[in-house]
Amino acid sequence: MIEITGLSKRFGRQHVLCGLDVTIRRGRVTAIVGPNAAGKTTLIKMMLGLARPDAGTIRIGGRVVGEDPSYRADIGYMPQIARFPDNLSAAELIAMLSDLRTGGNAPNADLVERFDLGAHLTKPLHTLSGGTRQKVNAVLAFLFQPGLIVLDEPSAGLDPVASSVLKDRILEERGAGRTVVLASHLMTELDELADDIVFLNDGKVGYAGTTHALKLQTAQLSLERAIARMMLRGAA
Amino acid sequence: MSAASRIVKYEVSDVIRSRWLLGYTGFFLLATEGLLRFGGDPARALVDLTNVVLLVIPLVTIVFGTMYLYSAREFIELLLAQPVGRPQLFAGLYLGLTLPLSGGFVAGVGIPFAARPLNGANGGTLLALLAVGVALTFAFTGLAFVIALRCDDRVKGLGIAIAAWAVMAIVYDALVLVLATMFANYPLERPMLALMVANPIDLGRIVLLLRFDISALMGYTGAVFKQFFGTGSGMAVAAAALLGWIAVPALLGARTFRRKDF
Repeated sequence: MIEITGLSKRFGRQHVLCGLDVTIRRGRVTAIVGPNAAGKTTLIKMMLGLARPDAGTIRIGGRVVGEDPSYRADIGYMPQIARFPDNLSAAELIAMLSDLRTGGNAPNADLVERFDLGAHLTKPLHTLSGGTRQKVNAVLAFLFQPGLIVLDEPSAGLDPVASSVLKDRILEERGAGRTVVLASHLMTELDELADDIVFLNDGKVGYAGTTHALKLQTAQLSLERAIARMMLRGAA
Repeated sequence: MSAASRIVKYEVSDVIRSRWLLGYTGFFLLATEGLLRFGGDPARALVDLTNVVLLVIPLVTIVFGTMYLYSAREFIELLLAQPVGRPQLFAGLYLGLTLPLSGGFVAGVGIPFAARPLNGANGGTLLALLAVGVALTFAFTGLAFVIALRCDDRVKGLGIAIAAWAVMAIVYDALVLVLATMFANYPLERPMLALMVANPIDLGRIVLLLRFDISALMGYTGAVFKQFFGTGSGMAVAAAALLGWIAVPALLGARTFRRKDF
């Protein structure tokens, strides 16, 4: 479970997050949505310790996110942009992360097979296409079977087959009791995957609850229209 | 093995396969071989190489270091999401670049010399030249990291890096000369010493020129330095100041890295 209390962050004069209070439940897929510059990426980065809060706290599994990096041993992260050292291979990258995570779960690279990445594993990463690099990015996020998986626009650049493989994997992880936090602009994807929605607007929580309840509240059948309704309300 | 050394291992494997490093090593190999083959005796080649080293190492290192950190930005974010502390990651990135760059330089200059017989004096000078080159590699990589971490705009950061090199490698000496001329009637020894210590390239030059003992090449600042400290302690003071130029940017970079919002 992730408990976020009073979380604020400012970049210069811009208040990106303003006293955010929200709880993300264990064993569910939670989507963080909102208009551009709503603070989605900042919230994700703060969970991972990439950015520091000005005020407030984040607790992941009861541990406060701070200087001690050990809580991240149970987190898998798939950043939006898949850029890796040019001259290393995917196999070396997997070995590198395995070296950095000694003592945790053994790496499980079954996604390599499901993405049909075998032939690309030993090639330098700069020779791979954007879509193939994005597959490597996904493999790394799920590699150590972490309790919390954070995915930032995971389907960007993936072909429909790879995207389906990834979605299946996300649902399998949820089935195994793991928590998935997802930021995506593809509402159809979220409609398929998300149990819960955290809707951010202007650095505040506009809605936090189940996808089903959001649709009921906005009287819409699809998540896309429900979110659009929330955005229009926020703008009004 | 610590987390930092595990990161160094993979970063070094990445950098040593880059074309940049191959070109950099090849450049020193060709320059050294050319100077040894066509420039007369090894002592003369070492003096010529000094100028090449003092100009090229700071430029290549500061540009490559800045670009390396900018292009690794997304990968650094991925590594920061692993259970690794920021100081360890910074050390891994810093050594992952400085070690291959230093190795490329030492191999490029060292191999042509190793293929020829050297007398004791020239051998010592060669070692001093290699040490200064490695020290400048560390100092300018540190500066590059500070620039890239403090300035998120890549074009601006690269501009600042090149400007910093131009000031230290080219403009600085002219400025010192203008000051010396303007205040010729005042006792200038101490301000001149302070100005010298403030520029790592000048410090490198002094260490090497004191070693060569060619006062004609030392210029005003070098002559003042020699007069003030004598050859032995002058070298020690300059070398200590050069170590400071390695430590301060590296520590400043590590501090910036520890506090930065990615």
